[in-house]
Amino acid sequence: MAVAAEEIKLTEELRNFVEEWKDRPGNLIMILHKVQEEYGYVPRPVALQLSKDLGVPLAKMYGVVTFYHFFKLTKPGKHKIAVCMGTACYLKGGEDLIQGLEEILGTGINTVTEDGLFSIDAVRCVGCCGLAPVVMVDKDVYGKVKKDQLAEIIAKYRAE
Amino acid sequence: MAFKQFILVCGGTACESSKADDIYKNLIAECEAHGVKDDVQIVKTGCFGFCEKGPIVKVLPDESFYVEVKPEDAKEIVAEHVVKGRQVKRLLYQGEETRKHARIEDISFYQKQFRIVLRNCGLINPEDINEYIARDGYAALAKVLFEMTPDQVLEELKKSGLKGRGGAGFPTWMKWNFSRKVKDPLKYIVCNADEGDPGAYMDRSALEGDPHSVLEAMAIAGRVVGSNKGYIYIRAEYPLAIHRLELAIKQATEMGLLGEDILGSGFSFEVEIRFGAGAFVCGEETALLVSLAGERGMPTPRPPFPAVQGLWKKPTVINNVETWANIPIILLKGGEWFSKIGTETSKGTKVFALTGKIKNSGLVEVPMGTTLREIIYDIGGGIPNGRKFKAVQTGGPSGGVITAEYIDTPIDYENLQKLGSIMGSGGMIVMDEDDCMVDIAKFYLGFTVDESCGKCAPCRVGGRQLYDYVDKITKGKGTLEDLDRMKQIGHAMRKASLCGLGQTSPNPVLSTMHYFPQEYLAHIDEKTCPAGKCKDLVRYFILPDKCIGCGLCARRCPVVCIKGERRQPHVIDEAACIKCGECYSVCKFGAVVRK
Repeated sequence: MAVAAEEIKLTEELRNFVEEWKDRPGNLIMILHKVQEEYGYVPRPVALQLSKDLGVPLAKMYGVVTFYHFFKLTKPGKHKIAVCMGTACYLKGGEDLIQGLEEILGTGINTVTEDGLFSIDAVRCVGCCGLAPVVMVDKDVYGKVKKDQLAEIIAKYRAE
Repeated sequence: MAFKQFILVCGGTACESSKADDIYKNLIAECEAHGVKDDVQIVKTGCFGFCEKGPIVKVLPDESFYVEVKPEDAKEIVAEHVVKGRQVKRLLYQGEETRKHARIEDISFYQKQFRIVLRNCGLINPEDINEYIARDGYAALAKVLFEMTPDQVLEELKKSGLKGRGGAGFPTWMKWNFSRKVKDPLKYIVCNADEGDPGAYMDRSALEGDPHSVLEAMAIAGRVVGSNKGYIYIRAEYPLAIHRLELAIKQATEMGLLGEDILGSGFSFEVEIRFGAGAFVCGEETALLVSLAGERGMPTPRPPFPAVQGLWKKPTVINNVETWANIPIILLKGGEWFSKIGTETSKGTKVFALTGKIKNSGLVEVPMGTTLREIIYDIGGGIPNGRKFKAVQTGGPSGGVITAEYIDTPIDYENLQKLGSIMGSGGMIVMDEDDCMVDIAKFYLGFTVDESCGKCAPCRVGGRQLYDYVDKITKGKGTLEDLDRMKQIGHAMRKASLCGLGQTSPNPVLSTMHYFPQEYLAHIDEKTCPAGKCKDLVRYFILPDKCIGCGLCARRCPVVCIKGERRQPHVIDEAACIKCGECYSVCKFGAVVRK
């Protein structure tokens, strides 16, 4: 996949962070968190550059990235929709919400809509079980969501 | 400056997500507008626990307890309550009875609770170290540094009977003692805040509401075992808890309560935060330590135990958040005080995240030995919508179900184990008659299969096989022989898996098979799902004599498979039906039947 030129470069903030953490033991996961914070995922060119800077083989980095659910290798949508599938939300209809979102957005779970606006993910407990079932859009939490409210929620972000 | 009144606004994640922050800001603005801002202190606290009714606002000194507050209610609270001294009646919590409950002690949700771990949650501002200090914060650390020898500290912990709250229930003093006895200049203290159990948020709330108690306890452990470095391994999905911990570390360091030469004692201790990245297995201590070192979080065989050889092969004391939060108060009030709370073998309290099909979901802390009935009915208010209680799952994906028959069992480590479940970290999920036990087993297995790290075959292969069998049963293709095979695989996994994840992942299946055999048999013999949850086994149809032909179901059907003339009975085309149940839930006349 072609990557825009400006994305290949490490951002200033990331470079400072790497500098700060370079010599601390066990830094790889913390640095990957920073990468994802900056780019929304772990782009291959960035990983390659870091592998050189940190002296960590790319294969090892790939191993760590793929082990943890939090790290992503592909670019997520502009708005990230997370449907909680913790036990409480599951019991209260989390699955129906995923189905509803798939219908509204015309795309499946773990994928990005064609216009790049939304991605849907099923996530493990977000820790608001009292509000089950829960849907998060970016950093906004929607609790006690009913299937027929989804369209309205989505519309809010589409308008932005 | 003396404040006459205090307004406490819950700042836990659940309330924050329902606009608690706007309430907080509006309250400040209203107090300024009414010229009373010097008389009232407005504090954003940690979780009150009563998440079902959030956002919660409490006004002191008269303890008025307002629930489901909206940002625009701030105006009335200030104008009426603060200025005129009249309670805003419509916002007060209303219990089962029609009487409005003004004070917190009148609310049944709180009556049977006993708060040790959550003693400061919902009371202090977690972002201000002075409020923690005012509640005897860091007094235990000072006592340990200047008045007690490490052996005396261990002796107190031994007397207290405190066991690890992460799940396994290992005596805390022993863990510390193992580390203490190893001669090594470099040792580590680790806080396990990788709360991955779906449906549980005890640790997150404790950290959000009272971060200093964990820091204080870690420094105490550092003094006892001889370590100067602590790590908190926390889920990256908990931004608010991370923020408050960072702030707490900064403030404690500035005040000389962490860092170099604490309080002039010559003892130094620093704490660093490390993020998890969404791997359930990292809640297992050996896997956590590998992950903390920046690697793939795969567990290692024990022994050697982390207390002897842990992080970077150095002796490491690792405890979970709730265990840490117990320590300062035990050392202040004495081990004997703590040992009087709870049962013969399990001391102190336990925090549970009470969720699922329950009226008052939320965070509850009860003395060990409290019965499930007290938690579910007295505190939780029972099952909503008039449904019948079926079972409660404790211990999450590692635990099992407890049925109505055993609802009067006092909860402690031993009793739960006898019932085929575990204490676990404190998730407590209530299920009613609409929940299918085979489906629940499949849900948890799906989780553990997904989260298995793949290092050992019993967990990697066995989990997958178990899942396939359960999946087959939910589709009506299971056989009686499958049940025997599942038991065999489950027992093999328990015995042969490398870590706790694999050893306990068959628990939900084995326990539901044990308590609900008839439900498995219904799926296998009769090809039906009694709870109507397994989509492949249910069918929906319309009773012609009950259908009035309103057409609501036909309009709601997402695949347009319901046909019928207006005012005439409708019919579902079962070949096209996706069994979403929408028609069943919208019909007001009971004409749609699920079988």
